[in-house]
Amino acid sequence: MQSRTVLTSSDIDRAVTRISHEILESNQGSQDLVILGIPTRGAILAKRIVDTIAKFESIDTDAVLGTLDITMHRDDLASKPTRNPAKTVIPAGGLDGKVVVLVDDVLFSGRTIRAALDALGDYGRPSAVRLAVLIDRGHRELPIRADFVGKNLPTSRDERIRVLLTESDTENEVVIEA
Amino acid sequence: MKHLVSVADLTREAAIAILDTSLEMSEVNDRDIKKLPTLRGKTVVNLFFEDSTRTRISFEVAAKRLSADVINFAAKGSSVSKGESLKDTAQTLEAIGADAVVIRHHASGAAHMLANSGWVKGSVINAGDGTHEHPTQALLDAFTLRSAIHTDARGKGLDGVSVAIVGDIAHSRVARSNLVLLKQLGAKVYLVGPPTLLPNALVKRADGFSYSLDEAISTFKLDAVMMLRVQLERMTAGFFPSEREYARIWGLNADRLALLGSETFVMHPGPMNRGLEIDAAAADSKNSLVLKQVANGVSVRMAVLYHLLSGGENE
Repeated sequence: MQSRTVLTSSDIDRAVTRISHEILESNQGSQDLVILGIPTRGAILAKRIVDTIAKFESIDTDAVLGTLDITMHRDDLASKPTRNPAKTVIPAGGLDGKVVVLVDDVLFSGRTIRAALDALGDYGRPSAVRLAVLIDRGHRELPIRADFVGKNLPTSRDERIRVLLTESDTENEVVIEA
Repeated sequence: MKHLVSVADLTREAAIAILDTSLEMSEVNDRDIKKLPTLRGKTVVNLFFEDSTRTRISFEVAAKRLSADVINFAAKGSSVSKGESLKDTAQTLEAIGADAVVIRHHASGAAHMLANSGWVKGSVINAGDGTHEHPTQALLDAFTLRSAIHTDARGKGLDGVSVAIVGDIAHSRVARSNLVLLKQLGAKVYLVGPPTLLPNALVKRADGFSYSLDEAISTFKLDAVMMLRVQLERMTAGFFPSEREYARIWGLNADRLALLGSETFVMHPGPMNRGLEIDAAAADSKNSLVLKQVANGVSVRMAVLYHLLSGGENE
């Protein structure tokens, strides 16, 4: 198995910083912004994005940052081994009328995001939903695209993308394995 | 995991996974839209040969909140009263395509029979079989206790927690399941009750026993007492002289509650015989987890249904 680093630690940091600025720019500030990470690594990236935003804007982290677990909304529950659901944390202000930015590590088939959109509906009615991902590797199976992308990475279906983040993996890099 | 017949089938990891999932399910039960699409298209049959309020209703609500279709089957008013056997009833359910059968039966081993006979292809969940086991009750008791003791309970067991199970141990499937599960999770379990109702086989597996509740309270440093219902329908012999004497020696009253102190939780699987095994002062005290047990019943049963009915070929 060959593996190759496609994003180094500092590449990831730059991408997170850029995405954070793009989110602020497109939202024209931080008002009504809610950033929801999809566990496990999406939640870590969401935290990094919110921490970055907090350097430039005066925000209450707890009112902006949350996590959204999508396990129970997946469409492959019957064909894959049972997964244990993770925690969902919705900021106390709720989602009604907010601009929700979903954050995930890799955008691939789009099915995770489809599940996330379904899950969101159970918590409220955001005024808009955006999507931020660290890696877009193509091969979409649903009409879904990301608004904020760290890096577009053309891949073949057989390749595997591994996002390693310090908080969960000790390393901080993105590796492609063939 | 295909069936849940006995808590002995659960490893510590599997039990903790179910408890952690229950934590997420209880979050679902707190929000406005209490529904998940997870088990859409699955059929869950509640097959109840014995009376039940809490267990049947909470299984029904649990299955519905996960979007499964629910069929309630009570032996009364069905062909069982015409003499239909368990096998024929089971095969009828198989013919209509049940993905899970939740069974409560007065005969110990009925759930095991159903799970291992090949009569049904779906999952079998034991909701109480005779005096044998009641696994989902033990899971919800463990879940309730774990949440009461740990502020962040995720991933944790019940290591070092000491629990006394008090009352009619001999006839109690709740006691049997709890003894096994609580010990699996690392708790110390003490059995307390009249000598006639404390079978030696179970006492041997416990960390200690006592014939007197007062003695148990002063000897063991208890984090929780689990009072069992005196099952009058199973009192076929003179196990204890009278109900008044039982209440006096083994009942949890205000005096004993004071002896236990403010750190000890009071649990009861319900339905309570107030004034017999537990009096109002204990049942309604601030240390009582009785109502939480009922509320958690739905979350835990959602978690069990999810773990049994999701998952594909690798299971």
